[in-house]
Amino acid sequence: MSPRAPEGARAPGGARGEEGASASWCTGAGEGAGAGERARAPEGTGAGEGARTPEGARASDGASAREYVLEVEGLTRHYGEREALSGVSVSLREGRTLVVFGPNGAGKTTLLRILAGLLRPHGGSVRVLGASLPQEAFAVRGRIGLLGHDPLLYRDLTARENLHFHARLHGTPETRVQEVLEAVAMSRRCNEPLRTLSRGMVQRVAAARAVLHEPRLLLLDEPHANLDPAAIELLAPLIGAESGLTRVICSHDPAGGLAQADVVLGLREGRMVLLGAADGLDVVAISELYR
Amino acid sequence: MRRTVPALLRKELLVELRTLESVPGMSLFSLSTFVVFHFALNRSSTEGDLAAGILWVTLLFAAIIGVNRLFVVDEDQGGFDGFLLAPVDRSALFVAKTLTLLAYLVVLELVAVPAFALLLLGPSLGHALPGLLGVLALGDLGVAVIGTLVAALAVRTRARDLLGPLLALPLFVPIVIGGARATSPLLSSGHSGGPAARWLLTLGLYDLLFGLIAFALFDFLLED
Repeated sequence: MSPRAPEGARAPGGARGEEGASASWCTGAGEGAGAGERARAPEGTGAGEGARTPEGARASDGASAREYVLEVEGLTRHYGEREALSGVSVSLREGRTLVVFGPNGAGKTTLLRILAGLLRPHGGSVRVLGASLPQEAFAVRGRIGLLGHDPLLYRDLTARENLHFHARLHGTPETRVQEVLEAVAMSRRCNEPLRTLSRGMVQRVAAARAVLHEPRLLLLDEPHANLDPAAIELLAPLIGAESGLTRVICSHDPAGGLAQADVVLGLREGRMVLLGAADGLDVVAISELYR
Repeated sequence: MRRTVPALLRKELLVELRTLESVPGMSLFSLSTFVVFHFALNRSSTEGDLAAGILWVTLLFAAIIGVNRLFVVDEDQGGFDGFLLAPVDRSALFVAKTLTLLAYLVVLELVAVPAFALLLLGPSLGHALPGLLGVLALGDLGVAVIGTLVAALAVRTRARDLLGPLLALPLFVPIVIGGARATSPLLSSGHSGGPAARWLLTLGLYDLLFGLIAFALFDFLLED
C-alpha cells in the first residue's frame, strides 16, 4: 500500500488522463485536441486520441513506467457486431483512483472485466501491474481485487466457507479470513448461508472477498450498491481512499464518485467522451454524461 | 494443483450437500427408469445383453442430469470469475469437477445397482459384483471426463440444457457399448470368469484418450 502523493506532486500535462491532466471533453478531432481543451463532444462522437498527449509528456513527469499500475492504449472490445469499447486510452499511477462514469451500456463493466483479465481485449494494448494482457494475465492473477455486480460468492455456503475457499485459492493464511470478517462486521453472522443474508451484508462479504488476498489494484463496480451509510463508512478502510490502494471505480454517482477520484474517465457508448484530472471537474460536468 | 483441487472439491461437495440438486435427481431418475422398464418389458427378470443394456443406458441418462448441473452454480453465482481471478492452475478446475462427477456417479450406483438387481435382474448379483465394480469404475471415469468437458462447453451457451445432452450422448456411445459388452457375461445365468478383457481395454483406452483431450482443451474453454 503506497500513500497517496500530495496534490502538489501531480504532473502537469494531459498524458492519457493521468493525474495532473486537466479534464477534456474528447472530440475525436485528432491529436491536436489535447488535454486542457474543454471542447464539448458532439453527440455520438468522441475518441481517446483527442485527449492524449505525446508519449514524451509522461517522461517529463520524471515518473518511470513502473509507477504506472494501469496503461491502456486504444482499447477496443466487441460483443458480436456491437462495439462495447472503442479507442479507450487511460493510465493511472500507483495509489491513485480512476473513476469511470457513464450511462448504462457505456462499457464501464466491460472495461473493468478486461482490466481484471476476465475478458480479452480485441484491439489496443492493456498493461496492468506491469503485465501485458491477455498474454501475461497469469502474472496479475491474485494481485487484483474485483468487486463487481456479482458478489462472486456461493449463496448456499456461509460467509466463512466462501472466504475460506477463496483464501485457499489465493494461498492466503486462514487467519486472514477472521481478520476481514471482523473488518466488515460480519463475524457474528459468518456461519449463516449467504442466501439468508441481506444484500448489504452480502456486499460486505464480497468486499471482504475482494481484499482478502491483499491485492495491489482494486477494481470496483458500483461498490456502494446496496450499502447503507454506516456500511460505506465501515468499508472505507478496505476499499475506500483510506486503503491507499490503486483503484478503478465505476460509478453512477457524480458527486460521490468525483469526491473519490484523482482521474476521471467518461464513457458513452463505449467511447471516451471525458478524460482528465478530477480537480478540474465539477458535478455538473459529470452529470452531462448522463444526458 | 495440490492446494487447489481439494479446495474446489470440498466446495463442490458442500454446495451439493446444501442444495441436493444433482445426486438425488440422478438417483430418482434411475429408480423411475428401472420401474418403467420393469413394466414396459412386462418381466421381472432379465439377464445377459438385455440386463447389461438396461443398466448402462439408465446409468448414462441419469449421469446426464449431473453433467447438466455440473457448472451451473459456478456460472450463475460467479464461481468462474472467482476462480479465474486466483493465481491457480486452471486444470485444477477440470480435475476437481471430474472427481466431483465421479463421486456423484458412485453414489448414484450405490442406489441404482441394488435397485436394478431387485427389480430387473434374474441371476444373483453376488457373484458378478467384483467384476461389475471394475467395469463400472472404468465406465464412470469415462463419463466423468467426457461429462466435465461437455458441461464446460455447454454451460456458457444459452441452450445449455439442450446442448449438454446433445454433445454428451454421442460421446458416451462407446462407453455404453464397452460397458454393456463387458457387463453382459457377468449378468448371464451360470456365468464364470470375469468381464471380457478386450472391452475393459477398450474402455480404458477411451478414458485415456478423452482424459488427454479434455486436459488439453479445458483451459481454452474457460477463456471468454
